[in-house]
Amino acid sequence: MAKKISLLIVDDEESVRDSLYNWFLEDGYRVERAEHAKKALSMLESDHFDIILADVKMPGMDGLEMLRRIKSLKKDSIVIVMTAFATVDTAVQALKDGAFDYVTKPFDPDDLSHLIRNASKQIQLTEENVALKEKVISLENVEDLIGDSKAMIKVLKQVEHVAQSDSSVIITGESGTGKELIAKAIHANSHRKFFPLVSVHCGALTESLLESELFGHEKGAFTGAMYNRKGRFEMADGGTIFLDEIATISPKMQIELLRVLESKSFTRVGGNKEITSDFRVICATNRDLKSMVEKGTFREDLYYRLNVVNINIPPLRERIEDIPMLVDYFIKKYCISMNKPPIPIDSAALKRVQEFDFPGNVRELENMIERAIVIGNGKEIRLKDLPLGKSMIDNSVESLEDNEKLHIHQILTKYGWNISRSAKALKVDRVTLYNKIKKYGLKPAD
Amino acid sequence: MQLQPITLISFGYFEQNFLGELVAEVSLEFSSPVKIITGHLDLSNFHDPTRRQYNGNDLLKKVDSMFSSDKVKTLGLFSVDLYIPILTYIFGQAYLEGRTGIASLYRFGNERYGMEKDDEIQHARLKKEVIHELGHMFGLIHCHISSCVMRSSTYVEDIDQKGLNLCFNCRSKMGISRTQGRS
Repeated sequence: MAKKISLLIVDDEESVRDSLYNWFLEDGYRVERAEHAKKALSMLESDHFDIILADVKMPGMDGLEMLRRIKSLKKDSIVIVMTAFATVDTAVQALKDGAFDYVTKPFDPDDLSHLIRNASKQIQLTEENVALKEKVISLENVEDLIGDSKAMIKVLKQVEHVAQSDSSVIITGESGTGKELIAKAIHANSHRKFFPLVSVHCGALTESLLESELFGHEKGAFTGAMYNRKGRFEMADGGTIFLDEIATISPKMQIELLRVLESKSFTRVGGNKEITSDFRVICATNRDLKSMVEKGTFREDLYYRLNVVNINIPPLRERIEDIPMLVDYFIKKYCISMNKPPIPIDSAALKRVQEFDFPGNVRELENMIERAIVIGNGKEIRLKDLPLGKSMIDNSVESLEDNEKLHIHQILTKYGWNISRSAKALKVDRVTLYNKIKKYGLKPAD
Repeated sequence: MQLQPITLISFGYFEQNFLGELVAEVSLEFSSPVKIITGHLDLSNFHDPTRRQYNGNDLLKKVDSMFSSDKVKTLGLFSVDLYIPILTYIFGQAYLEGRTGIASLYRFGNERYGMEKDDEIQHARLKKEVIHELGHMFGLIHCHISSCVMRSSTYVEDIDQKGLNLCFNCRSKMGISRTQGRS
């Protein structure tokens, strides 16, 4: 629901104050009254009012002087000036001094409604404008792009450079490295930032669905096409289209896409009208497109059309120096979203996190921290709050013996090296466990 | 939920048939007993000769002090042109969540707007205005649903656009269930 607009009525005539008060109450506004300017100014010091309706002729300080004082305190205040003695000079003066509007008493009920509706609209637009500006600034920052490792700084510099151009970009990197975030950062720092960034997850759609999604369709183009629908290329006009998992598109779609990229025009499915759209294309893939080209599964001409600039995001294991910063960032992010004070991570836990392989990259780290905050004790993140053992796919651990060693070590760590509890969990007797510890040279972590 | 009973007081001449219909409509809308009585007031005390209109604020206060009680919602029916100091005219007014309201037939006649007289339209407008003011007296504020009788109306055309009934949301706010009153 929209916020409740608040009004302050300033008039020395009680009947006017009361009439307006009742009128606005019935409209659902929050309304207060003041019989002179001094009282109104003191009320404005302790309370916020969206709209101030002020009489011009009042004993003591008049409405115009009050208007000037309000404007010097709060520039954005909406003040509507009312008077029973309409003169052009007063009206002009009021508007020069920053009044939103000027009305002569008595006025038509409809004029009053319009006046307040316009003022409310102005408030709404101002608030929307502030919110949008904040959003744009936050987008420019793209806070989730965290890291000061050499590899990450190189990526961010590439983003900065490529954002200024309109060239096509292919973002490569393993799953979970943040390819979409890089696309957002490029868009948010480009001259296209005030236009849409339209994302399409190509891998999630069948060929025909992708075609209709990208190009749109006309009513009746196929069964179920009950309305005309804009495609993503059309929606991205002026902005950027982000095609995720580009390697998954079919040969037919590759041809269609190439044609659109070359001409920046297309027709909707079932339509014959040529539609042009000014968009920038950014693609992402976790596959090696070059080798797909060599194998003939991805068109060479499309590859070169898309691959004007290539940004490769390194996997998290190649930038472990960024992990503490990322951990800190995700702790703050999730503690704030869960309305909890930020908690520290215990040093042993952080050490293990830095040693972890993270096959799922930053996404896996983020999920791990979120989970630890949810299930943890709320004071700190401990080793046992992190599912490091469960999801770790360590390629160096391939033999059965190595796996046994790792598993025993994890269980011992889980139970704080309590031999009885660990042996019970492993379903072996204590002597067997001692023998295994000796065999593998296991020791408690620091 | 059973709402407070309603008393309508006619000040001046109103057709009996119309008053009968009004009682039936109001009673159905609020699921509450409605009584109609005749009231007498010297309206000259409320007349402003410069505006050639009657002061709605003073009339509302007078009806409240002379005819209202806390156990009943009382609404005065007039046929004179009402104003309040800040506005050029009003169709009616009421104390929000209060016990008293007023409404006037005066500005509902088509003939005031250069059209042919039509009693049916005039009476339909007054019925809507009466239900609207009673809605305020039962605590309802203006509603944004275009067909709801609680939608704000500053011209007769606005009144013609909206319906005679409270919308589901307004009925819910008042605690009148679907099964009560009008469906």
